[in-house]
Amino acid sequence: MSDIKIKITDRDGVLHEVDAPTDMNMNLMEVVRSYELAPEGTIGICGGMAMCASCQCYVKSDHDLPEKSDDEEAMLAEAFFVEDNSRLGCQLHITPELEGLEVELAPEEG
Amino acid sequence: MIKTDILIIGSGPTGLFAVFEAGLLQLKCHLIDALPQPGGQCAEIYPKKPIYDIPGFPEVLAGKLVDNLMEQIAPFQPGFTLGERADTIEKLEDGTFIVTTNKGTKHHAPIVAIAGGLGSFEPRKPQLENLAQFEDKGVAYIIKEPEVYRDKKVVIAGGGDSALDWSIFLSDVASEVTLVHRRNEFRGALDSVEKVQQLKNEGKINLITPAEVKQLVGTDRLEKVIVRKTDNSEEIELEVDNFIPLFGLSPKLGPIADWGLEIEKNAIKVDNTLDYQTNIPGVYAIGDVNTYPGKLKLILCGFHEATLMCQSAYQRIYPDKKYVMKYTTVGGVTGFDGSKKEAPKAVVKSIE
Repeated sequence: MSDIKIKITDRDGVLHEVDAPTDMNMNLMEVVRSYELAPEGTIGICGGMAMCASCQCYVKSDHDLPEKSDDEEAMLAEAFFVEDNSRLGCQLHITPELEGLEVELAPEEG
Repeated sequence: MIKTDILIIGSGPTGLFAVFEAGLLQLKCHLIDALPQPGGQCAEIYPKKPIYDIPGFPEVLAGKLVDNLMEQIAPFQPGFTLGERADTIEKLEDGTFIVTTNKGTKHHAPIVAIAGGLGSFEPRKPQLENLAQFEDKGVAYIIKEPEVYRDKKVVIAGGGDSALDWSIFLSDVASEVTLVHRRNEFRGALDSVEKVQQLKNEGKINLITPAEVKQLVGTDRLEKVIVRKTDNSEEIELEVDNFIPLFGLSPKLGPIADWGLEIEKNAIKVDNTLDYQTNIPGVYAIGDVNTYPGKLKLILCGFHEATLMCQSAYQRIYPDKKYVMKYTTVGGVTGFDGSKKEAPKAVVKSIE
């Protein structure tokens, strides 16, 4: 077991501090779903293929995150409510380096 | 009026496989899908992605899985209403149903199986204040009749294949085509990107990047759009007749949510101890669209649910008939088209 702590602000502005496992091949979108911080069907719609932006989040802490893939870049170029610190949760794999990560879920698209 | 035994809403893998299981029971199926082609997400979103958890297929492309399912169900001659969204359901006195699409096509069946996945795919609309006001008055999300744009000034927004392809196509039709995209890079087939580059160089497409359409202006109809460059905040005012945002599709549960079905977590609650029936007898929900304790949104689970649904549907349609499940290895597959597939008979021959 090797868990890290992540702070996630949900779409209602509520802050949750959760334990995320680094050894379960999970990504941030899946962590959000596993704690049901956003209703099923409103996050991770494409299943984690960077083909929708339902798991978009804003990264609030200054962690050194892996570069965006072309797929993620392209999806974020088409998504709404995008900010400079936007990432797709499904493309952020839970690794020990993300200890203390702080993110906020982007609003749901209309 | 289209008549069938099982009306399936959604033609993704679960809906398609239901046709096969129904066919083994001599039940006919008709499918409705909002997309123009069968296959659901597998065909629309990720046809080129490999799937690794279809039993018996170590690896299969999603598009290939759809092709295989279409081949498998072909003997059972399913009907399709494609490009139309199931909008309303009406229960008749005899317990059968009439489902009407957004285009008014009516379907009559004793059984309705909702295999709608994440819902019907609707165009993603940009967040612009008065967008709805100009819908069909200059703003469209889907290009149905390109001729509508003849000699018009058109602004297209988006950076994917459809934005590129329609910009190319309309550059020959419209008097002026402007393509607006938030980035300088486009995500499309290389051919399309190069073609747009060439048309831009020839002055046939006006390309504004990186930029966003920020505002729509007009009284009765759309008259102008305000485009803001994202690198230097410069605002460009364009006189236009049409604005076509092409930001892809996103699934919405849609009108099904208003059918009186019990909904939980954006999915339809079903009885998973028996037959995946909903709270409306005769209406089933199978595949990703349903929910029950322990639900997994997997194609292989959808196949199982479709199979049990068909058995229940058979008993509902023919309450007095006795039936036992037959293995295809024993009974073969007899299509409605007269085709018959069966295991070759073993030859019995004595050895002397």
